[in-house]
Amino acid sequence: MTRHRGRGMASINYPIGMNLGGDPSQALVHSNPSGKFTVALSSIDLGQGMKSVTRQICAETLGVPVEDVYVDTADSDTGPHCMGSFASRGTHRVGNAVMAAAREARGVMMEAAAEELEVNAADLETDGRGNIHVKGAPHRSISTKDVAIAAQFKQGKTISGRGIFLVPLSNVDPETGEMSPATCYAHACLVAEVEVDDETGEVAMVRMDSAYELGRALNPRLVEQQLVGGAWMGVSHALYETPEPYYPDPVHGPRDFVEYLMPGPGDIWPHDIAVLERPAPDGPFGAKGPGEMCANPVLPAVANAIFNAVGVRIDDLPITPEKVLRAIKSQGGARPQARR
Amino acid sequence: MLELRKDIFADERDDNLKEIGKGTQRQDMLGHVTGTSSYFNDHKLQGMLHLKVVRSTQAHARIRRIDTTDAERSAGVRRIIRGTDVPVNLNTLLSLINFGKDDEPSLAVDKVRYKGEPILAIVADSEHEAFEAIAKVKVDYEPLPAVFDVEDALKSGAPVVNETYPKNTFIYHDVYDHQRLRFGDADAALASADHVLEQRYQMSPIEHAPTETNGAIAAPDTNGRYVVYTSTQALFFSVDTCAKILDVPSNTFHFIGGTVGGGFGGKVDTLTEPLAILGAMLTGRPVRYVFGREEEMQYGPPRGAERIYIKDGVMRDGRVVARKIRAYFDSGAYTRLSSYAAVKCAAHLPGPYTIPNVYGDVYCVFTNRTPATAMRGFGVTAMDFAIECQMDKLANLVGMDPMEFRILNAYRDGDMKAHRREAKNTALIECVQVAAEKAKWPIRDEFRRASSRKDGGGSRAAIPPTPTDSRARPAAPAQQRTSYDRAPVTATREPPRDPPPPAPPPPPPRPAAPSHGATRFSSVFGTRRR
Repeated sequence: MTRHRGRGMASINYPIGMNLGGDPSQALVHSNPSGKFTVALSSIDLGQGMKSVTRQICAETLGVPVEDVYVDTADSDTGPHCMGSFASRGTHRVGNAVMAAAREARGVMMEAAAEELEVNAADLETDGRGNIHVKGAPHRSISTKDVAIAAQFKQGKTISGRGIFLVPLSNVDPETGEMSPATCYAHACLVAEVEVDDETGEVAMVRMDSAYELGRALNPRLVEQQLVGGAWMGVSHALYETPEPYYPDPVHGPRDFVEYLMPGPGDIWPHDIAVLERPAPDGPFGAKGPGEMCANPVLPAVANAIFNAVGVRIDDLPITPEKVLRAIKSQGGARPQARR
Repeated sequence: MLELRKDIFADERDDNLKEIGKGTQRQDMLGHVTGTSSYFNDHKLQGMLHLKVVRSTQAHARIRRIDTTDAERSAGVRRIIRGTDVPVNLNTLLSLINFGKDDEPSLAVDKVRYKGEPILAIVADSEHEAFEAIAKVKVDYEPLPAVFDVEDALKSGAPVVNETYPKNTFIYHDVYDHQRLRFGDADAALASADHVLEQRYQMSPIEHAPTETNGAIAAPDTNGRYVVYTSTQALFFSVDTCAKILDVPSNTFHFIGGTVGGGFGGKVDTLTEPLAILGAMLTGRPVRYVFGREEEMQYGPPRGAERIYIKDGVMRDGRVVARKIRAYFDSGAYTRLSSYAAVKCAAHLPGPYTIPNVYGDVYCVFTNRTPATAMRGFGVTAMDFAIECQMDKLANLVGMDPMEFRILNAYRDGDMKAHRREAKNTALIECVQVAAEKAKWPIRDEFRRASSRKDGGGSRAAIPPTPTDSRARPAAPAQQRTSYDRAPVTATREPPRDPPPPAPPPPPPRPAAPSHGATRFSSVFGTRRR
């Protein structure tokens, strides 16, 4: 029995948003009388952090601290329309809608502040800490709280904004497939190192190194969470999972987590990630979306690493020990390729 | 673990931001770590009833008779819902965006098309009593031949899975049983390539495996409205789907979603909301319908299987000159969203590489299995597996390092993509370079110096002469308004191409039809609902 190590790689790109566009999202932003802002959405937070990135986008655009913004969502009576949380569209589509709404609200806020400070709104700037002051004269300042009070009770202004983001729907040519599928793409390259046991056919993950280009990491911690979780899902897809283990024969379907296999805590591997940021011209602060694409390079990188380790190509997923062992036997034993 | 490479593309960014780029703690973190975040299933309402469905034991069968005599008398049963009780018992999810025909009942009436298809819904005082009643329902089936393999389903004489699509494929643009992509002359390029490699890849179905299974709680509200707590990933998509199936105005419903216990694409299909609301309408009581784990794994929609054939032509120097792909999406018994994924898949070809001749046919095929749906990487994950395994094999074939082989063939700014749009904002080369550096995988200097921003465009921006299949072009189908009407689409809505691609030299003979950019016919979305 020998354990053979091998490395494989894969590189990919991924379209951001619903294919062909035509998938709008809306946002409403308004201030309460003490200068705290609410973002009203109907978009769904699936755990990916949609509420948190839209909160940061709103705060950055308004020029207020993130603590002064709260995102309220997923209520069809209070939130304006959103197509949904799928197709890596949350950050890009909803983020842009929030940015547009926040920009409009900021405009009113600056006008109200200008009236209080008796200056031109164009001469004002926000300090990001809850104050608005005259450019180059920080002492001529007013807090966003005082602006909100003045706007509401004195000036009769609503510090609020509406935003929508829509990539116009593209046509598809039936003959050539000519179309505009997406306005921007995320990119990745991933190296997987595996260890293959030539007696059992088992594949163990050794480590991963990867580079992801995501436009802008709006919140690097949330990005890391997506990329680490996505890599786990990629390995799970590559080596473990399926509800139809003998596809296309629909027999022996698993019914619970005892029968449905996935990597457990003992199977986790070190993963070293680099994030590159080439801003998308139409992304909020250049952001694309890491949500879906992070699992994609893992499957082929693992398959290619297995080839490098023992010289077998498994082109049917998942790459179970049974398939690996049968392939090793049919070629008369492991044939390790040149070490990388 | 995570390193931000701010040195790369720094000239394209303004990094002077206050909140963006910070690892701010999540807004909902405190709720999550203290177990106080609210999920749909946390709403325990007074007088709440429980709904469960009778599922088909057959993969394909006619329903001769459904006997509910004993079930009706079973303890705790409040209501048995049949297909005839559903106001509009035929729907397809993407009818909201005017794509495809209604092909799926909420409750099967005359025929079942997959094992596990819902036939009856039973509303009872408890889940336990609902299950007891389900065991007493007698369904008399007349089994029909079933088909499980996508290529078998396309053979003549194959059992018809879904009568809405009698050839077992979704119909694109009213005429084709697949979505095509044509760019250059792949056959000619394959004939003159130094090596040709043809391979078959198979993606397995995958379960989304969310911690929280699909479910909804619907309750009568004041003023004739219904409040619905739901696990949906797409709130208004679910609202409008329910409005259509239950034939009431959408503002009859107050949908409340919120924290979802994992989606991954498996909570778009709006499977539980319509029946939960119908149960509430028929009983006047709150009704809860939540999938059990076995239902979620076997009868909740999976990521569909895909079978992919790739035939590539490569030159000795490593340039891929032709890529020909046939792909089959296994949609299961109904369309759901697979029809959309096939178009997205065609758009993705040939992967992030500049290949001058690309030919793709992508099929959405019906089989007698649980309908498939969206999952993370929808339309692309399986294709990337196939393409990237293929790229590894090609690199091996020509004796090149796989990293260098990727950089050599990578798309760059200004290149023409196979779907006939210019590549912009590309960064594949930089990702390969950084991954190689991190993994201490040596690549040669010329490849370390390559850039996505250099050496693209020029002759790589041309749309090559493309032979057309001799076939009359389809006529424009009539426009019809739907909930999220994305029509009409005219040439003026097309985003301007910048800069315009050079004209193909010489213009290939084409049918008397407008070329891209001119007046367009039809909508992308092929078959319209009638």
